[in-house]
Order: sequence, then structure tokens, then C-alpha cells
Amino acid sequence: MASVSIEAAADKRGVKGSKPARLAPNYWPFVVPALIVIGAVIVFPWVFTLWMSVHSWTLGQEQTFAGLDNYIRLATDFRFWESLWHTLIFTVLAVVVPLFLGTLAALIFDAQFPLRGFLRGVFVMPMMATPVAIALVWTMMFHPQLGVLNYLLSLVGIGPQEWIYNRYSVIPSLVIVETWQWTPLIMLIVLGGLAAVPREPYESAEIDGANAWQKFRYLTLPMIAPFLMIGVIIRSIDAIKSFDIIYAMTQGGPGTASETINIYLYNTAFSYYDIGYGSAMAVIFFVIIIALSFVLMMVRARTNWSDVVDR
Amino acid sequence: MTRRLMKRKTLDRIGLLFVALVMVSPVVLFFIWMISLSLKYEIENGAYPPILIPENFAWTNYVQVFKENNFFLYFWNSVLVTGAATLLALIIGVPAGYGIARLKAERAAIVIMIARMTPGLSFLIPLFLLFQWMNLLGTLWPQIIIHLVVTVPIVVWIMIGYFETTPMELEEAASIDGATPWQVFRLVALPIAKPGIVVAFILALIFSWNNFVFGIVLASRTTRTLPVAVYNMLSFEQVSWGPLAAAALIVTLPVLVLTLFAQKQIVAGLTAGAVKGG
Repeated sequence: MASVSIEAAADKRGVKGSKPARLAPNYWPFVVPALIVIGAVIVFPWVFTLWMSVHSWTLGQEQTFAGLDNYIRLATDFRFWESLWHTLIFTVLAVVVPLFLGTLAALIFDAQFPLRGFLRGVFVMPMMATPVAIALVWTMMFHPQLGVLNYLLSLVGIGPQEWIYNRYSVIPSLVIVETWQWTPLIMLIVLGGLAAVPREPYESAEIDGANAWQKFRYLTLPMIAPFLMIGVIIRSIDAIKSFDIIYAMTQGGPGTASETINIYLYNTAFSYYDIGYGSAMAVIFFVIIIALSFVLMMVRARTNWSDVVDR
Repeated sequence: MTRRLMKRKTLDRIGLLFVALVMVSPVVLFFIWMISLSLKYEIENGAYPPILIPENFAWTNYVQVFKENNFFLYFWNSVLVTGAATLLALIIGVPAGYGIARLKAERAAIVIMIARMTPGLSFLIPLFLLFQWMNLLGTLWPQIIIHLVVTVPIVVWIMIGYFETTPMELEEAASIDGATPWQVFRLVALPIAKPGIVVAFILALIFSWNNFVFGIVLASRTTRTLPVAVYNMLSFEQVSWGPLAAAALIVTLPVLVLTLFAQKQIVAGLTAGAVKGG
């Protein structure tokens, strides 16, 4: 598809020679400044990272060519595999929970009720709030002795939790924060889908005596499924890269219990200054994200949604 | 009959309002608690059971943040970095979005999309080395430049989408009348695109303001932006909750106010698929 349009663009420029220039304006000068900037701050780092990843280089020392050594080291690095596992758990939870709650919120905000616009505005606020600032306040709320959350739990008779201070509850606790912040995004995307849903099928379903669940299951869900998929794609890419909240709240701790790839990558490059190894990790991380996005987009493009949901 | 139906409808609406209030409550309670923390003295912040409304309001927490933690300087740094990165992104990104939309250059659009997927850290390592080599560390320039990684893709992406929907007829008419492409862009396309530019501006502003990861590596003691400054308060002597919560509120308040006023633009921009970079 891309190549076709590039050819079309080339044709357009070819035409320029035979016809008066003003009929086919030259748009490239508009793009060139951005191309230079993107080349400098985006493409150059990609290429440089690739180059560094095949070198052994600790900051302050000479770099030497290392071939695939860094990649081989990664494959046998237990801490890396562990961080991969943490990333997987965190990402799955931080996609599924907001997806469920966000869809629920969208169904509610799609209906008519007093104060709807105002409440929707409030609901969207966490998404735009500064993640670090939010994370620090959550850290205080998670405090085992003085935190307000354990107090609230005690009111309903649940004993104190250790939240981010326990290696088993740290990832779910981080997911709570991530969910609090990003559920509104799913809500907005699904709300956009609901706005495009036609009225008529619901009217005939009502005549046929369908209940609310049946209407959701057989009418709404198939129609908003493509939007849910967009939500899954965007949320997956963001969750897998999540850094601010995890770093500000736990720095990957306790121990390495919440160390995701991104946190391990940061520690390798900027705590141990192991630039070569960190770069190799960045390359693998990049490949994982691109592969994940590609698979999700293929699923989205190839699926006949009504088939899946009806089954 | 109709009366009963209307009564049912009203009941439905009140029920929905109640459910919506429950859904929104974690957001409201969080921010109320944040404000409460920031206005309490240490004794009350350490009290159990927790106190919501303090006996004496500790406004000194805010004074302390600005006086002892240099927040005037960090606020100014944030304004400079975000302001410069956003303006530069608009200057180069708006024409680029126009050009890409008119050229139908999908390959350029794909590069922007992949940039959006790339983790910020993989830009940070090479650019950190570059800035070190250029001897720029210690100034605000490294942060302004690296924030372009966030702002440029947002602006270009939103503007491609916007210019694709604006009508071509006026532009064609202008160019038949002898206008140069630059004149067509400046006098015809640009005025129509104003709402799109506002959306791009607001989103670039917010995501640059909120950015944390670039600052923790690139900022020195005098070049910190607000998110880095508030994080650094943690490692600073003993952590006192009041000033910390006050600082957190100062950092995020400008963005929250903007969110309330520009809700429509933010929703439009985010659902167009241009969500945070870096």
C-alpha cells in the first residue's frame, strides 16, 4: 500500500515537468525540516543503538567490538528472563483490567443522566495527570502502617496489606495505579465506537423481547469489538513500556520483584553504565514491541468480528 | 400510562447517575486525599486513624516546597523545556503534517508510528552519549532536544489526520490563481487547520510537561524539570509527606486545569490515536 502511494507521488512530480508547475505543487520542502529533526532525534538513535549493541562498552572505558556477545549474554541472563516474565504479567493485567472497567464506564457514559458531561470530565483527569506526581501520592496511600488504603480496608474488615512492599503483591498494586490512570483512555475509545452504533437493531430486538444482557452480547459487543481491539493495541504498547510509575514507586523492588524490562534496561545503562549490554537489551525490547504491535494489528485486520463474537 | 413510563425513565437516570458516581469516586477520593495530605502537618499525616480535614491548615508545606526545594527555578525550567519543545514541534511539525498528507507519503507516517511505539529509553542512551560528547550536559538544551522525540510525532500525527480531512478545492483554486505552495499553505490551509493545531499543541504540551524519564538522566541540579524535582524530594533527607504531596500537586495542577478547560480537544486528539510518546 505504501509503495503504491509513493509511486503515485512520484508520478505527480513527473507530471510537473510537462504541465505548468503550479498545478502540481512541490510539497517536499514542507517535510524536509521535520525529516532532518526526525533523522537526528529518532532515526540516528535507532542506528547508534544497533551499533552499540555489538560493542562491549562500559562508560569511561574504551569500546571494543564484541559481535553478538551481548545478545548471547542476554539469552543466559536469569535477571533478564525474570524481567521479561514481570513485564508479561504486568502488561496482561494492565491491559485486561482497564479494558473491562473502561468498557463498563463507556456503556454508562453513553447513556443519558444528569451531570454526565461534568462527571466524564472528572473521569478523564487521571489520564492527563503527571505520572510521577500520582505515583508518589499512591506510594503514601500504600504505606502499610500509615496509609489510607489499609485504613479503608480495616473499615470493611479486611486485614492490612503490604501492597508494594511485598514481592507477591507489588505487581498487582502497580496495576491498580496503572488501571486508575488509564481506564479513561479505553472509555474514550469505546465511547467513540458506541457513538457510531445504529439505533434500529435495538428497536427490533426489544420487540423480540431481548433483555439488556442479550442486547449487549449480540448487538453492542460485535459492533464495538474493533474499537476494543484498538484499545488493546494502544494499551499493550503503553503498558509494556511503562516506566514512570514503576520506577517512582518501587525502582523494581522489593529486590527485583517488580523489575520489568524497561527498569532493568534503565539500571543496566544508567546505574551500571554498561552501555553495550543496555543497547542490546533496548534492541530486543524494541523487537518485542514491534512484533507485538504487528501481531495485534494483523489480528485486527484479519478478523471478521461478528464471527468471533457470535460463536 | 405515559406518566408511569416517564417515572421509570427518571428512576433509570437517577440509577445511572448513582453508578456513574461510584465509577468516578476513585478519581475524586484520590485527589481529595492528595489535597488533604498537602495541607496537614507531620503529626496529622502520621495519625491513625487517618485525618481527612486538618485542624490547622499547613500552608507552610507549600512555602517550604518553593523556598527550600527551589521550585521556582524548576517550574521555570519546566516552562522553558516544554515551551521550547512544543513550539519547535509546531514550527516543523505542522508543515510536515501538511506535506505528508498532500504527498500521501505513508512511509513517513509509518516512521512516526514506530517512533511512537519505541520505548523512550532507547532514544535516551544514544542521545545521552551524543550530548555528553557535545558538552551540552548541564544546560537545558539536551532536554529541549530530546523532548522533540515526544512532541514532534504527536504534532505530525495529528496534523496528517487533520489535513487529510480539509478540502482541497480552495487550495487548488488558490494555486491556479498563481499562489506559490508556501502562500497556499500559509493563507489557505493554515487558517482552516487552526482547531487541529490547537489539539496538537495541547497534547504535545501535556506529554512534554509530564515527561520524567528523560529528565532523571539528563538534568543536573540546576536544570531539573518539575517531575524530576518532585521525585528527587524522595531521596532528600527524611521524607515528609506534607511537602511531598504539596509538590506533587504543584507539578500536576497546571495539566489538570488544562484538562478541564480543553477536554474536547484532548478527547479529539487522543481518540485520533496519537497517545503519549517516549
